[in-house]
Amino acid sequence: MIDENLISRLEELARLELSPEEKKALLHELQNILALVEKMEELDTTGVEPLIYINENLSALREDVIAHQVSREDALRNAPDSDGTFFKVPKVIDLK
Amino acid sequence: MPKYTSLSQIQTALHQGDTTLAAIVAYYLTQIEAAQALNAYVEVFAEEALQRAHALDARFRDDPAAVGPLFGMVISIKDVLCYAEHEVTAGSRMLAGFRSLFSATAVERLLAADAIIIGRTNCDEFAMGSSNENSCYGPVKNAADPTKVPGGSSGGAAVSVQADTCLAALGTDTGGSVRQPAAFCGVIGFKPSYGRISRHGLLAYGSSFDQVGIFAHSIADTALLLEIMAGPDAFDSTAGTSPVEAYSQHLQFAGKAKIAYLAPALHHEGLDEGVRAAALAFIDQLRAKGHTVEPIDFDYLDYIIPAYYVLTTAEASSNLARYDGVRYGYRSPAATSLDATYKKSRTEGFGAEVKRRIMLGTFVLSAGYYDAYYTKAQQVRRLIFDKTRAILSDFDFILMPAAPTTAWALGEKTDNPVAMYLADIFTVQANMVGMPAISLPVTQHPNGLPIGLQLMANQWQEQRLLAFSNEVMLNIL
Repeated sequence: MIDENLISRLEELARLELSPEEKKALLHELQNILALVEKMEELDTTGVEPLIYINENLSALREDVIAHQVSREDALRNAPDSDGTFFKVPKVIDLK
Repeated sequence: MPKYTSLSQIQTALHQGDTTLAAIVAYYLTQIEAAQALNAYVEVFAEEALQRAHALDARFRDDPAAVGPLFGMVISIKDVLCYAEHEVTAGSRMLAGFRSLFSATAVERLLAADAIIIGRTNCDEFAMGSSNENSCYGPVKNAADPTKVPGGSSGGAAVSVQADTCLAALGTDTGGSVRQPAAFCGVIGFKPSYGRISRHGLLAYGSSFDQVGIFAHSIADTALLLEIMAGPDAFDSTAGTSPVEAYSQHLQFAGKAKIAYLAPALHHEGLDEGVRAAALAFIDQLRAKGHTVEPIDFDYLDYIIPAYYVLTTAEASSNLARYDGVRYGYRSPAATSLDATYKKSRTEGFGAEVKRRIMLGTFVLSAGYYDAYYTKAQQVRRLIFDKTRAILSDFDFILMPAAPTTAWALGEKTDNPVAMYLADIFTVQANMVGMPAISLPVTQHPNGLPIGLQLMANQWQEQRLLAFSNEVMLNIL
């Protein structure tokens, strides 16, 4: 069922917070998706293998060797917050 | 008219000593300056481009054989392609200030062949949009008429070539993001087969659709750039292993082509009359040269958009989960817990269209809907793939307009759903089936704006597609 509860659940899953206007628009968009899915239902796809990879004949295995490494300094370079060794985030567990 | 329309012109001038690469780069920098109001670039690498040009000039003076095949090529890259030690932001506040540690494989191969990258171009945020109005840097304007959009999402890339600020440009194409802006701006826009060019270093939107594409003035340049960037890559397991031909060496089209066009698309009421007339006139021109052009039916036309919509939003929601404000990208100063760090950073960092698509994709993938929506769309994709392949076993190419209208006005909300629907139909099919397609600037609309027509070929048939496109550009138009 497409309602406010569903939107709240999707916000939680997507880690996003929507404005009241965005929520209203989204209700409408989700109805559209249902219409699109209904359209696809017209096609009988019984036994049709889902197309997941366009290039299905690939088996691009390589040697299992360490490659494409970056230094710790470089890895932390774009971090919003770090202590020079680790990424830092606000407190995860509150012990009080 | 652009000063140079092909790399061979530039290379001839360099070999004859008529000019230097530094002078050519200086010319393009002046052009960028003059075209600033179009907002095509988000950053210009002026100083380093000049330095690199001087270094290459010196190497060339010492030994003309010591420079690579792209000596003289000045190119822009879309702001979704990584270039080591340079900023890349996908037109998003989310990535403001992000500096890439490595270069995209496509970029790396251009540099290794001695191309010069002159700057990075504006685009819709995370390549989501078809008018280049969804960018944190503001909209791009069409050089043919600055009151019009350039198309999207690679709008800045298209305008960078259109406005003669570089010889060629790299864009990316998930559902038409190279071909549609090329059509709106009157330049060539080419999307290779899925996997022909590695996606390593391309900020992902829809991973089973995304492909690096090329904007240029000539087929010769398009072919040369493809042959240099294409081929297997240890960093992208989906990159094709099909042999890369010397496309630029085989641009003569021998014999006559057999071309299909989708009758329901060309006769659709939503198609602009001027565009339809251009397509019909082009069909006549092809026939006059002895090529066969036949209408065909395509039962799956109405299913392309539903399946595309479900699959790309799902892939977007998954791909964009990585932007969480922890390792890189924007972090909200308002967040005081880890969960709030994710939520507030994403809410404040992403623009409206990106959030919309993430939410839709989350819905499509959420428990209880996965099989009914996502798997169903993948099955429909298989049917469309098989049918398109069947058509292309009888025909060499499929002909379609690249867009149902010419460029629309900036800020104009397209409230014609039929036209919007068609807008995607023409370009999306090639991404759904992973086949190469090219938009060629064939003519002008009576309204004065460019019209592009599109040719699509079977998977890995870039050679024939480019050779025939060359024939069209040189001998048919």
